[in-house]
Amino acid sequence: MIIVKGLQKIYKQKRNGRLVAEIKAVDGIDFEVARGEFFGLLGPNGAGKTTTIGILTTRVLPTGGIALIDGIDVMRDPVAVKRRIGVVPQANNLDRSLTGRENLLFHAEYFGIDKRTRERRAAELLDLFQLSERADEKVSVYSGGMAQRLKIARALMHDPAILFLDEPTTGLDPQSRHALWQMLFELNARGQTIFLTTHYMEEADRLCQRVAIMDHGKLIALDTPSNLKRSVPGGYLIELRVRAAEELLSSLSTALRKLPNVVDVHSMDGLIRLYANRSEGLLADAVRLANERGVLITDAHVAEPSLETLFLHLTGRSLRE
Amino acid sequence: MNLTTMIALLHRDLHVARRELGSFLLRVVLQPLLFTFIFGFVMPRQGLVAQSYRSLLLPGIVALSMTLSGMQAVALPLVIDFGWTKEIEDRLLAPISIRGVALEKIMVGMIQAIVAGLLVLPLAWFIMGRQAELWFAAHPARLIIVAALTSWLFAAFGLFLGTATEPQHIGLIFNVLIGPMIFFGCTYYPWATLATVRWFQVLVLIDPLVYASEGFRAAMTPQLPHMPSWLILSGLIGFCALFTLLGIRQFERRAVD
Repeated sequence: MIIVKGLQKIYKQKRNGRLVAEIKAVDGIDFEVARGEFFGLLGPNGAGKTTTIGILTTRVLPTGGIALIDGIDVMRDPVAVKRRIGVVPQANNLDRSLTGRENLLFHAEYFGIDKRTRERRAAELLDLFQLSERADEKVSVYSGGMAQRLKIARALMHDPAILFLDEPTTGLDPQSRHALWQMLFELNARGQTIFLTTHYMEEADRLCQRVAIMDHGKLIALDTPSNLKRSVPGGYLIELRVRAAEELLSSLSTALRKLPNVVDVHSMDGLIRLYANRSEGLLADAVRLANERGVLITDAHVAEPSLETLFLHLTGRSLRE
Repeated sequence: MNLTTMIALLHRDLHVARRELGSFLLRVVLQPLLFTFIFGFVMPRQGLVAQSYRSLLLPGIVALSMTLSGMQAVALPLVIDFGWTKEIEDRLLAPISIRGVALEKIMVGMIQAIVAGLLVLPLAWFIMGRQAELWFAAHPARLIIVAALTSWLFAAFGLFLGTATEPQHIGLIFNVLIGPMIFFGCTYYPWATLATVRWFQVLVLIDPLVYASEGFRAAMTPQLPHMPSWLILSGLIGFCALFTLLGIRQFERRAVD
């Protein structure tokens, strides 16, 4: 459905006609997305995600490599590619001169869909995205969540083979975000191929069947979320909040380090962090060791491996930075 | 070229224009009619200009109103779309080449310019007390050609301005560019009479509005002095080609990264 090989986008910065810097926004990436897949591109801001989606949706010309959508080269035949894609960009680019319904109807008209079909489809999608009640208001009065839903509805009007979403939940409140996740999940369940970029690891983890992690224009990992998480050594994290004298704590740390599957132990300001390959039985062992030494545990927390810890592991930086 | 998509894009733009009909009319009609009132009604009555001046003025007024409305219809929405709202993105993703979207913009400008001309011509004529001597019935083909080329030229000029200008500079551009363009554009005086200031007569040839004003004079008041037809046509066609090329190139540059 999508084939990307050696894709590259270099921006040349010129000052007074002289080249001062080359910025490799996308630096030779390869990946494929299958029909029906929910594929995620995860990475921090500035990683090159939007440039990648820009190339795939004909809005950015690559400086190297190829990108095929449904077998069609995005550079050679952008018009044919545009027929097959639905695009939900990051910014609100709804037509503010029009109502919600008109946004959908005109979009379908651009794609040559006949009047009856487009009116029926608009009504269906407005209903699906819970916008029917306010469909005939100008979109300038829509809330962020409504605008986002209308953008997705619009992208679906011409029944695209692939739906592209660039950071679809950025700026939404948690409730709207979860509602949107549910809608995207259902769309995919009905067979819609979806390509999404995000810097929320939870979003990629929950929605995507496969995730590519991008940083500084390169793909640094690509797999299912569970495989990616499993690939982090010491991916499990146990945090113990403790109260005891300093020498007791250092004795406890030493003992904890010797437990099976433990990779590393950090003790600081009454907080012990235990990094481990597996978590089964570990918390019980840790509590037993603390009791033996008379260390009081006031709180305990077990964190599952996450894409966040993977990113930290691969780049040494947090996704949120 | 995908005709269905092109027509749909036109439909959208005209739908929006129709919805904003009030402001469109004010924008298009107000300024030319004020000029007409002062120069074509008040001043001839005061005896400050000859009665016959009206016949010179009317073609210029028609040219000016078509020019301004065509330019603004294209330039203003594009400046806002590209520089600010990004609303045009949805149309750039329509199944048509980027060049097709740019050409559609020129067509919208042409339509609005022609509507403006059709509105202003009879209104101005009435304000002048129906005393301008119009002979355009004698040259209907000439009038149609001049109107088509004028509207095309300034819609394409608008396309170039709208894609080459940052939103924060649009006010400045319109002041710095449009002011001189109007005053040097032979709207209020015929080009032939500039022979008395020869260097100025040559200098104003860089102003595309000159060919529009003189073109309408040649079509509507052929009995009065006007620029030779070959020069009018060369000027109009030359500037059409220039601004269409520049406009489309700049539009593509803005639309695709």
